[in-house]
Formats: sequence, structure tokens, C-alpha cells
Amino acid sequence: MAAELKIALAGNPNSGKTSLFNALTGLNHKVSNFAGTTVEKKTGTFTISDNLKGILIDLPGTYSLYPKSADELVAHDLLGGEHGVDVVLFIADASNLKRNLLLLTQVADLGLPVILLLNMVDVAGRRGIFYDVKVLSEQLAIPVIEINARNKKGTDQIRQVLLAKAQWRITSYFTVSPGDKILADTIKGVSQKRTAYAALQSAINTVTFKGAGFAEINSMFTAHAFNSNAFQQHEILERYKVIDRATRAARSEKLTANNLQLTKKADRILTHRIWGLFIFLSVMFLVFQAIFSWSKYPMDWVEHAFAWLAHGTEVLLPAGILNDLVVHGIIAGLSGVMVFLPQIIILFAFIAFLEDVGYMARVGFIMDKVMRPFGMNGKSIVPLIGGMACAVPSIMATRSIESKKERLLTILVTPLMSCSARLPVYTLLIGLLVPDDAMLGPFNYHGILLMVMYLLGFAAALFSAALFKFFVKAREASYFIMELPGYKVPVLKNMFITLYQKGSAFVWGAGKIIVAVSVILWALASFGPGDEMQQIEARYAVAGQQSNEHLSAKKNAEKLEASYAGHFGKMIEPVIKPLGYDWKIGIALLTSLAAREVFVGTMSTIYSVGGSDDAAGIDAIREKMTTEKDAGGKPVYSAATIISLMVFYAFAMQCMSTLSVVRTETKTWKWPLIQFFYMTGLAYLAAWGVYNLLV
Amino acid sequence: MLKLSQLKYHQTALVEKVNNEDLAIKLFEMGLLPGIEVELENVAPFGDPIAIRVGDYKMCLRLGDAELVDVNLK
Repeated sequence: MAAELKIALAGNPNSGKTSLFNALTGLNHKVSNFAGTTVEKKTGTFTISDNLKGILIDLPGTYSLYPKSADELVAHDLLGGEHGVDVVLFIADASNLKRNLLLLTQVADLGLPVILLLNMVDVAGRRGIFYDVKVLSEQLAIPVIEINARNKKGTDQIRQVLLAKAQWRITSYFTVSPGDKILADTIKGVSQKRTAYAALQSAINTVTFKGAGFAEINSMFTAHAFNSNAFQQHEILERYKVIDRATRAARSEKLTANNLQLTKKADRILTHRIWGLFIFLSVMFLVFQAIFSWSKYPMDWVEHAFAWLAHGTEVLLPAGILNDLVVHGIIAGLSGVMVFLPQIIILFAFIAFLEDVGYMARVGFIMDKVMRPFGMNGKSIVPLIGGMACAVPSIMATRSIESKKERLLTILVTPLMSCSARLPVYTLLIGLLVPDDAMLGPFNYHGILLMVMYLLGFAAALFSAALFKFFVKAREASYFIMELPGYKVPVLKNMFITLYQKGSAFVWGAGKIIVAVSVILWALASFGPGDEMQQIEARYAVAGQQSNEHLSAKKNAEKLEASYAGHFGKMIEPVIKPLGYDWKIGIALLTSLAAREVFVGTMSTIYSVGGSDDAAGIDAIREKMTTEKDAGGKPVYSAATIISLMVFYAFAMQCMSTLSVVRTETKTWKWPLIQFFYMTGLAYLAAWGVYNLLV
Repeated sequence: MLKLSQLKYHQTALVEKVNNEDLAIKLFEMGLLPGIEVELENVAPFGDPIAIRVGDYKMCLRLGDAELVDVNLK
């Protein structure tokens, strides 16, 4: 077996880290999280030589070793800890070298050998900036390799240096003052760090984020009159002095008119008061259109493929409970997972493209002021707009939001946006309320009501975020300090790898939960207490052998009533009565957990209408619902009940797929549970208010 | 002396100091140090945040933070 070399890949955001990771490891990697955090950890393997295997760990892109969130600290344990890595590959953007080198000097001072990979040399060259690699290597006293992460240039040299251990250097760029050294040695006794700087750096972070051992370290700081803020300022300025000296010696400039010109010109339009907003809205509209309508075709294919599979299985397997479980439980669940893939892939194709080109940073820049009062970030607008198509990929897309609090707020409120699964429900209910061709002035009444529902969702999302802002704690101050990277041509390979990662993360993460819940829902609708179900079967078996469609629809309606789901509907009737609902609607509320549009299918089963997929089916359900009377002879679906139902569906958390994605994204059941109860509570109160206002 | 937030389009200035300790660390890390040249490049459509050139690259920050940075016009 080949020996292994543990390598960390470090660097600033936008330095080409992901491209290099992909270039070295391809698809030989797995995405997980640093233990106990939501920080993504990518680990990949690649061959260095016949008998040496590289294990590459991608660290989160940061500007310094004093991170913005406590989560990132865990990633640093790899660098500072005893069981850390053997060597660090540090990738730096040559067009912005000084700022990139700050983190490099900090990493080196943790006592690890560092190899500098100079990336984007071409970009720097176009701006008239050139570095002599040999001089830079002498000045920094570490190996320096010129690479191009986007076309694999330099990867052979990386392998050579990784093999030649003798060339590695552990260097120090910052000397801890004698006074601070005494403190550092005291801390080192406890924390077992390699260097004095590593001890201080980790102690400062422990105090900032109140981590384990906070009290002990804080009292040491007090005892030594250590001012961590002053230390950090001094440290950064000292480091920049060293960096200045090293880069000045290696740098040459040729004045070109082209200096930053393209990006400058593009930004003049793309962030312009009028044009910038117009382009931004157009891009968002395109994204929404794409997830909303382009995804229809592939989603239909997925559904048809699974319908075919279900039909085939139903015929092949002997009739009975196993057949039922496989067809209506497992295959239905798998179909429910796979049907989201087109939307996930389309949204992430856009996001990966916009991110790679450099536009995502501008999206945040343009919308920051609008989203800030609601406790969110400019980048939250992408998930929110995506949420109008589907919350599932949108919640996965919140990863681009760096601030933990702003990301969490966005995750919490995105499902309030009216997603495409609510559309069939709204269509059915609005049709009960006003005739299809009713006009309000020059506008179609349906269209207006539908728009009101979308606006309602949007308003609820902003309003809830503004409220949650006060309850979600943040240990970090909110800054909006980030690089606006130069515009670039995107690398297709990176996009494909992102799509592959997001797709498989969804299928293996959230997918498991979705299949499990759909099996449970199937069981609830297929089994009932006592022998009620068997009695119905027996009765219909006597009624006739001929497979009458009308008769079998009636049988299914009766069986659903007798099932656990039916009993559940009756059980919660007292709770939903104040909203104007009966037990039949109660059943639909439960089955909607699989997906909101299941409401329509359940209604068709309850009112024993066969086939609900086509327009005729919808009309048939509508007719049944309109004529439905309660015990007192009044119509069940009064205007008040219908509007109350619409409001309920607008706000309630009835999507297990969303809940399971929130679970995988936040790494805890706490947030999906909070989301379930606050949204459903809001839905209940709002529906109750509306119903009582109208009835 | 001006505040960074008071710069007009394409005005160039040298950073003097940052009047907030936590912000200073953030900005220093980003290479916005005393003595570095900055230039106002863009203002977001709603007037805030702003984009500035810092040395060789471009970054953005909110107006409220830019108010805490003293600069001298070049």
C-alpha cells in the first residue's frame, strides 16, 4: 500500500482554491462537514507518485486566522493541532498578492511547512504586474510554484515538491514580543500548540467566540494585561511590513492602460443605479423562469419514468402488501426525491455560473441595503427568489452567505415564498372562488388573486425575518467587507463538479429522510385500526367482480376514511373547525406533508373522482367540492373556508423535503422543528383570523 | 481630511486611520492599511454599500463602516 501524505489546501476566497482542488482530485473526493459545524469539508485524494498518495483537505477560504464565525475554528484545528497535516499548499492570487500573503505568513507561523502556489499570473500580467518566482521564493524562504488552476499548469511541479521533503521549509514571519511570549508559554502548557504564535492565535479566538476553556484563558489575559485587539492590529501591520519587503523585491511593473479596465467598465454598468438594477432584475427573472418553467419537462420525464417503474413493479410483483409498499411507499418516495433534481441542477447551474463569472458578489453588493433591515444579506435575495419556484434547492443555495446568522434567517423564511407546489392548490381553490373567465377591469381575476398569494408569501418572509432577527443570536458583528473579484470566463469543469456535488448531497442527505417519511405516510393511508379496512374490502368483493372504475374510486374513498390518516383527520377536526375545515380537509393537510400538491390528489380520492391529473379531473373535483354540504346543509366550501385554506397553504410548513434539507444544512433538528411550528402556527392564526373575519 | 464615505467618484485618497478597533482588524486584514491608496469606484444602486479600489484590487464595505475611516485626498 502506498504511503499517505496529509495536505491542507489554504488560501483567500476567490484565489482559485476550488479550481485547483478539482484539478488535482477530480471526482475523487467527498464533501462532508467539519465535525459539529456547518462548514463544508472537502477531502480528496490524488496520486503524487507510485508509492505516495496525497490526501488533500480543502480549508474554508478566509482572509486571516481570526475567522468571522466560530465554526471556522474547527477547520484551524487541522493546522494548529497535534494530529494536523504534514504540509500546507497555499494558493495565492498573483494579481492581489500582498493581501493573499497575510494569511500565508500566519499559517507558516503555526509551525507548518508551507508551499506557495502563485495562481492567476496571467491576470496579474494583463494588469502590468509581474513577479520573479525565484526572488519571491528566496525572500519568503519557502518553495514557490507558478500554477494555473484553471488549466492544470503546474500540477506536475506540485507533485515534485511534495515528493522532495528536503525542500520544505518551516518559516516564521512574525516574532512574538518577549512580554507576550511569557503569556504564550503559559497557554502552551495547556493547549499543546507548536509555536508561541499558534498558542496566542488560538487563545484569542477562544476568547472572541467564548470557546472551551474561555474562563481560564480570559483570566490569563487579564493577569498578563494582554490586549488582544492591540496585539492583532500590531501583528497584521508587522506582517504587512515583511510582505511589502518581500514582494517589492520580486515585483516589476509595466504600466499598461489595461489595468483593471474590463472589470471597471463592466461594473460601471452592472452596478449602475438604473442599468444595474435592470440587469439584476432580468437575471433574477431568468433564474426564476428557469426553475419554474424549464424544469417542467425534465420533471415530467422523472415522473413518467417512475410511473412506468411503478406500473411495471405493480404488474410483476404478486399483489399484496409488499407490492403496495414497494409501489406506493418506496417508489413513490424515490420519485419524490428524484423529481427535485432538475430544479436543483438548474438553480445551481445558474449559481455556479454567476459565482464563477464574478457576478454573485455584485448581487450581494446591489441588494445589501434592501435586505439589511430584515436581518439578511444582499445574497439572500437569490434563495428568496428561488424559493418562489422551490425551497429545496434554494435552501441549499444559502451556503454562499458567509454570515451564519444571515444565512440561518434566510433558511428560516425561504419556505414562506410561494413555491411551485402551492400552485396546483391555489389553482384548484381560486377556481372554486371565482369563475375561470372572471375579469376585474382589464385583468383576469385568477391572475390577480394568484399574484396576491405570491405577494403574501413574500411579505410574510420579510416580516418573519425582521422578527427572527431579534431571536437568532450572532457572536459576530455584521460587516459587508468582501472582495469584488474581477470578471472571468467560467470553467465548465468546475460547474459540472458543483452540480454533481449538490445533486448527490441532496439525494444521499435529504433523500433518505424523504423516502422514510413517504413510507410512513403510505402506511398511515393504507392501514387502519381494527378491521374496518378488511370489512370494506369484503363488502366490495361481494358487490361485484367487474372492475368498475366508479366503484373502485368509491372503495378507495371509503378506505381512506377508515385508514389511520382518516382517523387522524377526524381526530384533528375539533382543532381545524375554527378555521372552517372538516375532517376531509384534515386528511389532505396530513397527506400534503409529502408535497403540497398532494392536496389535489387527496381531494380527488376523498370525493372519489378518478384521475386528477388533467383539466377535466380538476373540474370534476371542483364540482364535487362546490356541492359538498355539511351536516347542517350549508356548503362546506364557502368563500370564507376557501380563502382560509389558501392562507393556510401559503404559510404552513407542509413539505418534508424542505424540512429534511434544512436538517442537512443546519446539522440539527432544532431549526426544522422551529420552522415547522412557527410557520404552521402562523398559518393557523392567519387562517383563523381570515375565516372569522369573512364568515 | 475626509471620511472614506465622503469620497466622490474616482477620487483617490490615502488612508490615515481607522477609528474603531474591531473594524480596524477587519480592514487591515483586507489590506486597507494606513498609507494605502484607495479610490471610490462604485456606489450600489440604493446608495450603500460602496466599492473601492484598495491597492491592486477591489472591495466593498458599508457606508457606516466607511464613515469610521479617515483619509487624505491625494
